[in-house]
Amino acid sequence: MTIWQGQLEKIDEYRWRIPKSYKAGMRVDGIIYADERMIKDIGADKAPEQVANVAFLPGIVKYSLAMPDIHWGYGFPIGGVAATDIETGGVISPGGVGFDISCGLRLVKTNLKQQNINSKLKDLVYALHNNVPAGVGSKGEIKISAKEERKLLVEGSKWVVEHGYGRTEDLECTEESGAVKGADPDAVSDRAYERGKNQSGTLGSGNHFLEVQVIDEIYDEPICEAFGLEKGQITLMIHSGSRGLGYQVCDEYSKDFIKCLSKYNINVPDRQLACAPVNSEEGKKYLGAMRCAANYAWANRQCLMHLARLVFEKVFHMGPKDLGMDLIYDVAHNIAKVEKYDIDGKERTLCVHRKGATRAFPPGHPELPARYKKTGQPVIIPGDMGRNSYLLVGTEKAKETFYSTCHGAGRMLSRSAAIRACRGRSISRELESKGIIVMSSGRETLAEEAPEAYKDVNEVVGVVHGAGISKRVCRMRPLGVIKG
Amino acid sequence: MKRYEQFPHTADIGVRAYGSSLKELFANAAFAMFDIIADLEGLSGSVSENIELEAPNKEELLVAWLDELLYIFYTKSFIFFEFNIEDLTDTGIKAKVTGRPVGANRNRLKTEIKAATYHNLKIEKTDKGYQVEIIFDI
Repeated sequence: MTIWQGQLEKIDEYRWRIPKSYKAGMRVDGIIYADERMIKDIGADKAPEQVANVAFLPGIVKYSLAMPDIHWGYGFPIGGVAATDIETGGVISPGGVGFDISCGLRLVKTNLKQQNINSKLKDLVYALHNNVPAGVGSKGEIKISAKEERKLLVEGSKWVVEHGYGRTEDLECTEESGAVKGADPDAVSDRAYERGKNQSGTLGSGNHFLEVQVIDEIYDEPICEAFGLEKGQITLMIHSGSRGLGYQVCDEYSKDFIKCLSKYNINVPDRQLACAPVNSEEGKKYLGAMRCAANYAWANRQCLMHLARLVFEKVFHMGPKDLGMDLIYDVAHNIAKVEKYDIDGKERTLCVHRKGATRAFPPGHPELPARYKKTGQPVIIPGDMGRNSYLLVGTEKAKETFYSTCHGAGRMLSRSAAIRACRGRSISRELESKGIIVMSSGRETLAEEAPEAYKDVNEVVGVVHGAGISKRVCRMRPLGVIKG
Repeated sequence: MKRYEQFPHTADIGVRAYGSSLKELFANAAFAMFDIIADLEGLSGSVSENIELEAPNKEELLVAWLDELLYIFYTKSFIFFEFNIEDLTDTGIKAKVTGRPVGANRNRLKTEIKAATYHNLKIEKTDKGYQVEIIFDI
């Protein structure tokens, strides 16, 4: 069903333009990455209108972008990328980052093969479900004083590693080493601290998950070899974010930024796009608070990985060395980053909003750790719990998307439609017949998250690979899934 | 009159709340939110909170009201289902809300709502009263 009737011009096999003439107030064109087949689904909700709305942001550079997993969000589309020029009054929008600040993915390898775990898979899934706090209202084990909490917000993953949750090597394999600079704990309200308290080391609910997977397809042998990955190998994927702390930060700044619209004379078509110049007092304060939430999210995923490692050690009676559970990478997909780009021959400092989009730095990028300088940055793309997930790497061509790519399969059905479609069915039994063990804390989570509620991640990845904005490395298939 | 209904939103939850008065609209929007968070059937109230808020207009006041209730839910672990709105203007609300601690009712929890959003938010007057569409981020 087509809901969106606006103008869409085909640029090439993988790109579609919403011209800025579509709507008065657009400062740049919108560009959607999709193929001929997927673009039909994309017109089925209001996401393209949101791509056009983002083009209103003051200081936006080049275009308002959308990845092939784009769907209707609030304010920004999910799958949206927008870069603003900080030195010429470019803005930052809390809604362009979203409530779950620095929500992201973490991929961990193991030395296990599928044949090693088949007989223990159920034990493993039950043990992970028992030992990793998940679901609405769950509390973590880590209880820290207000003073230490402020340190955690500045030091991120490093703080939790120093307190026993992981290894120093993990930091190198985390975006920003698990702590982006410029975090300002004073910009985080007492209410945000209160809401995030006791939630470090909790998965959350909804689409957040912990997944045991097997590599079932290799696309790039040399890169797999460099990462120490091969077919049949077991991996662990973690999807979570900044929990209540991040939600509260976004909530409060979204509210405050509505006032900035009149103060800075900004015209946007939706209150949820409220924004302020990055260099304004409000912009700087939000950036400081957002970075705290981002660091909290990296620390959270670090704790979750640590808890999962302990479960693996117990279930398989193996030590950390034999298990080889090394972190491949951790990368966020809801975040605003300050990055430098060459725009029309001039170096510009941009604020890149990625709302449901993943940073994908190319080989040789100065911000990459030594071990990924040659290969490019690992990019982790989860699919639904019945199909596949992918490991990709960044490419130089992705300069056209401010080094950004997709973030997942992208939803297709609303949650209520998914529940209706699954009435009378047992999703866990259907998945079990395909060899996938699933457990969830929420009563309706499995139906809401049913595979058919999502686009096919294989098609989404086909577009970003085909368009050259990232490159397939290997594909994983789920074996055990813990949902919040 | 129906208190609320859900409408399809791809990633999140859309709620259309109704009310014969603005007060009822605010109460029903809050009821809808907690009805999504938890199974409320058969619960009787044992805890109350007084809420007083201000905002520049009635749409922002509605989001502030819902977010305040969410904040109490997450920090004090109370599920609310009775919303007695004592005073309501376009820029201020005074209410007493009643509910139950999550405690032994943890298995009643269904969905984690992160926040109420401002996306396309508009309170509309209809021939039967008021209605509003709200997108909740979940």
